[in-house]
Amino acid sequence: MPGNKTDAIDVRNAVKRYGDFTALKRISLTIKDNEFFTLLGPSGCGKTTLLRMIAGFEDVTEGEILLYGDEIESLPPHLRPVNTVFQNYALFPHMTILDNVAFGLEMRGKTKAAARKRAGEMLELVQLSQFAARKPSQLSGGQQQRVALARALAPQPKVLLLDEPLSALDLKLRKAMQLELKHLQRETGITFIFVTHDQEEALTMSDRIAVMSAGEMQQLGSPTEIYERPRNMFVADFIGETNLLEVSVDEVRNGRAVCHLGGGHALTCNSVDGIGEGAKVHMSVRPERLFMSDVPVETESLKGRVAENIFVGTDISTLVDLAEGPQFIVRTSNSDRGNKRIFEPGSEIFVNMELGAGRLLMD
Amino acid sequence: MAHVNDNIKAYKGFRSITLLCLVVLYAPLVIVTIYSFNASQSITNWEGISLRWYAEVFTGPESEKFKVAAFNSFTIAIIAATASTAIATLAATAMVRGGNFKLRTVSFGLISLPLMVPEIVTAVATLIFFNAIGFTRGYMTILVAHIAFCIPFAYLPISARMQGIEDSFEQAAMDLYATRRQAFTKILMPLMAPGIISGFLLAFIVSLDDFIITNFVKGAGVETLPTAIFGSVKQGIKPNIMAISTMLLSISIVMVTISYFVSKSDNTK
Repeated sequence: MPGNKTDAIDVRNAVKRYGDFTALKRISLTIKDNEFFTLLGPSGCGKTTLLRMIAGFEDVTEGEILLYGDEIESLPPHLRPVNTVFQNYALFPHMTILDNVAFGLEMRGKTKAAARKRAGEMLELVQLSQFAARKPSQLSGGQQQRVALARALAPQPKVLLLDEPLSALDLKLRKAMQLELKHLQRETGITFIFVTHDQEEALTMSDRIAVMSAGEMQQLGSPTEIYERPRNMFVADFIGETNLLEVSVDEVRNGRAVCHLGGGHALTCNSVDGIGEGAKVHMSVRPERLFMSDVPVETESLKGRVAENIFVGTDISTLVDLAEGPQFIVRTSNSDRGNKRIFEPGSEIFVNMELGAGRLLMD
Repeated sequence: MAHVNDNIKAYKGFRSITLLCLVVLYAPLVIVTIYSFNASQSITNWEGISLRWYAEVFTGPESEKFKVAAFNSFTIAIIAATASTAIATLAATAMVRGGNFKLRTVSFGLISLPLMVPEIVTAVATLIFFNAIGFTRGYMTILVAHIAFCIPFAYLPISARMQGIEDSFEQAAMDLYATRRQAFTKILMPLMAPGIISGFLLAFIVSLDDFIITNFVKGAGVETLPTAIFGSVKQGIKPNIMAISTMLLSISIVMVTISYFVSKSDNTK
């Protein structure tokens, strides 16, 4: 089947085996042109393996990888028009910053002068011109990170691959780099494929996210879709904080599913394709979609007792022991303290869900 | 955080054992060095400072013999060190970067085994080998033997250095459109340079210093410095031998110092 010239990367049934161990179990996904795409998952989920297969450092056991319609899975790395920002940056320690950035351009046949001129422009773009003559070891981690970016972007790759590039930076710098990366992607118009285990990072930067676990893709979607409508237990649990309830589905009608808890208490939420009447599944409710009251707001309000209030700056997390069910986390924004009340530990209260807050999960 | 056991001086007898070791190791060297500047004919009586035995080395009755021996020793050491370093570099590349190929452990054993084999065994075996293939003994047999036994010495610092270089540097180079060969010459080789230089110097010293193997495989009339010194000592120790020894010692110290500073200039960090 010929490839689509407008898709940046098309991974078709890619399998990666190391001896008996299968690192990737038949992954297929399409990454669009000019997209900020993130591979998200815990360590060992296969995200880095997939990235390295696109870069050419790992061969593909089975399947195909297409780059703008051309099969690349059998090409050596130096013939693939993609560049990588490595986790440890891998800046050449014996070369100056300028020569590092010029390296790819020279290897592509540019003259030394032309390569250096373009490298100088790239250093300007990442605001490091004054460090051009230094060696990598004389730069801070954040600066090395930006040099690695400039070096990978200089030859104008068709796709830029980023392997957890922010993991070595401290929190503040990481936040600043997240925005800078996003801006760079917009400015250059190059497709970015970003690998991370940090869900917050993924939600902040990505146009679309592929959530991976144990060599399989769990869900593919926009940050909002992944967060608001997780497909299964793994995604709901891995992305953000959530409350899980075991429910049985009684009735599915008009896009609504009526369920009940173990003790019989009824709860209504949006129905999900593939989960029908009689199914025993989990329901996920994000803590910020819950609010507390001293009297039941509706018949579905869940009775509970406040165990603890935890102040986390912008929010207050309240741990509530439900009369019927596990311990719940309810998050109240600090600015809402006036209208959404905070209750002292020990108070008997009711936990209420916003409309459509519950999400049924596949296992 | 001065824990009692952190201070090695706290151990009883530390000072005396250290002194004993130092005396046994270095006293002979110090005495030879001092007496090489002795004005006396005798090797035991001190009669004042003089450079006469150094002059004797270059102008005395044995000077011609030592000049030829020194020429042989240094040319053999330079050629053997160069050749063995080149071979060791390729071997290290295969061992460290070649992945987990079949017989990798066996290969490692074969490379380092010569360090463990008693030198006299290697010497006899090499001699028998040269006789068996009808190789006339002389300068060439010494050179070939030296290249062979220097390889493991050159290999050790080179492979140690290479193991310290992450393969992400070469991957980054290939990712940036360098071919495998370019990644090797432009990235890996410069990063390995300190290891290669150390390996070369070590091989050089080992070759310059070798006596047993050389003595077995050299032809009649072909001498290197160690065999010439030995030959001379057999007729009685004269102070000129001390002068030669002191000069060899200085060369070794210079080499070791260079090697130390080269390995300290770590350009991978």
